[in-house]
Amino acid sequence: MGTLLETVRLRKYYPIKGGVFKRKVSDVKAVDEVSVNIAKGECFGLVGESGCGKTTYGKTIIRLLKPTSGHIYFDVPSDAREKIAELEKSSHGSRKLKKIRKQYDLTMFGGRKLKPLRKRMQIVYQDPSKSLDPRQLVKNIVEEPLKVQGLGKGAERRERVLEILGKVGLTERSLYRYPHEFSGGQRQRIAIARALAPNPEFVVLDEPTSAVDVSVRAQLLNLFQELRKDMGLTYLFISHDLSVVECISDRVAVMYVGKLVELAPTIEIFKKPLHPYSIALMSSIPIPDPTAKRNRIILKGDVPSPVNPPPGCRFNPRCHMAIDLCRKEEPELKEVSKGHFVACHLVKG
Amino acid sequence: MSNLVEIQGLVLRFYTYEGVVKALEGVKLNLIDGETLGVVGETGCGKTMTALSILDLIPPPGKIESGQIFFKGKEKTIDLLEQKEAFLRGIRGKDISMIFQEPGSALNPVYTVEEQISEVFMLHRREELTVAAIEAIERDAESARGGLRSFIYGIQRRIYRKMLKNPRSLSLRFLSRIPVVNRYKRRLRKEAKKESINILRQMEIPDPERVADMYPHELSGGMQQRVVIAMALACNPTLLIADEPTTSLDVTVQAQILDLIKKLKETFKSSIIYITHDLGVVAETCDRVAVMYAGNVVEVADVIEIFKNPLHPYTKGLIESIPRPGKDFKSIKGTVPSLINPPPGCRFNPRCPKAMEKCSNVKPETIEVKKKHFVSCHLY
Repeated sequence: MGTLLETVRLRKYYPIKGGVFKRKVSDVKAVDEVSVNIAKGECFGLVGESGCGKTTYGKTIIRLLKPTSGHIYFDVPSDAREKIAELEKSSHGSRKLKKIRKQYDLTMFGGRKLKPLRKRMQIVYQDPSKSLDPRQLVKNIVEEPLKVQGLGKGAERRERVLEILGKVGLTERSLYRYPHEFSGGQRQRIAIARALAPNPEFVVLDEPTSAVDVSVRAQLLNLFQELRKDMGLTYLFISHDLSVVECISDRVAVMYVGKLVELAPTIEIFKKPLHPYSIALMSSIPIPDPTAKRNRIILKGDVPSPVNPPPGCRFNPRCHMAIDLCRKEEPELKEVSKGHFVACHLVKG
Repeated sequence: MSNLVEIQGLVLRFYTYEGVVKALEGVKLNLIDGETLGVVGETGCGKTMTALSILDLIPPPGKIESGQIFFKGKEKTIDLLEQKEAFLRGIRGKDISMIFQEPGSALNPVYTVEEQISEVFMLHRREELTVAAIEAIERDAESARGGLRSFIYGIQRRIYRKMLKNPRSLSLRFLSRIPVVNRYKRRLRKEAKKESINILRQMEIPDPERVADMYPHELSGGMQQRVVIAMALACNPTLLIADEPTTSLDVTVQAQILDLIKKLKETFKSSIIYITHDLGVVAETCDRVAVMYAGNVVEVADVIEIFKNPLHPYTKGLIESIPRPGKDFKSIKGTVPSLINPPPGCRFNPRCPKAMEKCSNVKPETIEVKKKHFVSCHLY
């Protein structure tokens, strides 16, 4: 399977302004050098604690936010990507590089060029009661992306709305109702319908199940699986609920203060996490079995601020295995076994 | 082993414009002294309302129609629903206290952490604070060598002794209204602050002296929840109600807080009612579990029993809907019914895979199927 989306050393910094002239004082390093490739038809899980930059990453790759630096390639042939990497190595800022990046790299795209891409990549937000306009009918909510993209007309558009509502399990009766008339689970279905209306290839699911109940959560997860099969979708599944990610994803990346610390196939990362942070994270999942044995690693302290993360490895102040090297040098994300990447000095491949 | 709390036939209604919401319909529940009871169920099942009824804190359109809540107090067992507001105010925060779901909204943003915790001490443990204050005055008076200072300390000592004897005496109330003179109260506050820092230290908060002077927004979610727990445990309550204390927190922080609650339970010897919808958390913390659905308690059993041998179809559905890798997601079809027009008979019957004809007509009785395993379902 080919790569659908790739990010290379993607950064998103938010400037902090201060002083008399409101000059930039420092940065909030929300996403720092994240390189990931997501294969076509894959469900890629992204986990981490709140404030680690998961959502910022999700929003940046579909260009709802402008990245600070790095590359985003969406459905770009591999030879073009290689060529950019090659040109970048040889001479910085050459005209040729700029030209080819303007053609392929999403970070260089502007509004008009992004518009046709918008229908190919969509997002479902965390809380449907906030992401849906309370003053619009469901019909208009789901129709809006079609209208903006100029897809279909009149009856045709209406049919498409009905079709997509049917796909997410809502009936014709819900067309002329407002979001507040639905339960939480159904509202999330409306949000999903809206995202899927223009027939996208890639959907960012930003904690889509954290605002709903346990039983509804299972319904939604089933729906995601079905839709993925039906429509050939690719997901970026952002969540802090590890048990959900474990069930739905093919590969999982663990993020900590803007950086990836581990990336591996789901089964491998849950069975044998290598990075000390992943180990602690996995061990803190509550096990729904009162007789199960637990050896839990309880992390001390809080997540550090992304404004001035600790020097060296960002996890070192909370890590129970930290050595001197960890405080000085930042570890690189390296492949330890096939498809298993870890950024830790202590893990040797 | 006796019951600390016993709820019987609790009926709670909300009188709204759309109709009467039958929020609780004959809830029967008991809490044994020293145990942790988990209350699980979906949103809108009446978990929080049951907890609020114990404290008699039901928000306005709600009214408790009938039922009894017996609470084993220090001297005798009382029915909480028959008590006067003034009496309840003495119990809330002292004998029964509560940890709320969102620490961010449970804390007042305009007061420092210490001021908020001190309030509990000032309300419920005034006597101990006064004794401590008198001791402090005596210590100061010894070091002062005559003059104006020892004269002031002398007056302070007299005021505090009076406070110890009768805190609501007329002269004291009069004095506390006069500016400058009412500064004598500062000593009490100082003692309260000392106690607050002490309790913060017990919550494993690093550098409690600094945290005490911070405002809630300066703290992270986990820290805020620790402060809320500190407030709840300030008076060593016999019953602690934890209403989804870890739902808004991250897994790693959740692990920290669960660990802390477990430790504190041992040191403070409180009984806990733990409200949650996360069955994983229930499995780790609780001794017994009560499953609630649409205002009814449908099943009560030991934690091991409920995971091994769930009887009620709703409990089964809840346990099956926990995502497990390698298996399909099983879910309970439909959603919680509107409690304005709840389905007749068993309230679960429209969603129940094993519903019979009887289920939609007759409300099932709660029966003891096995020892200490109660279920209300027509199947048994």
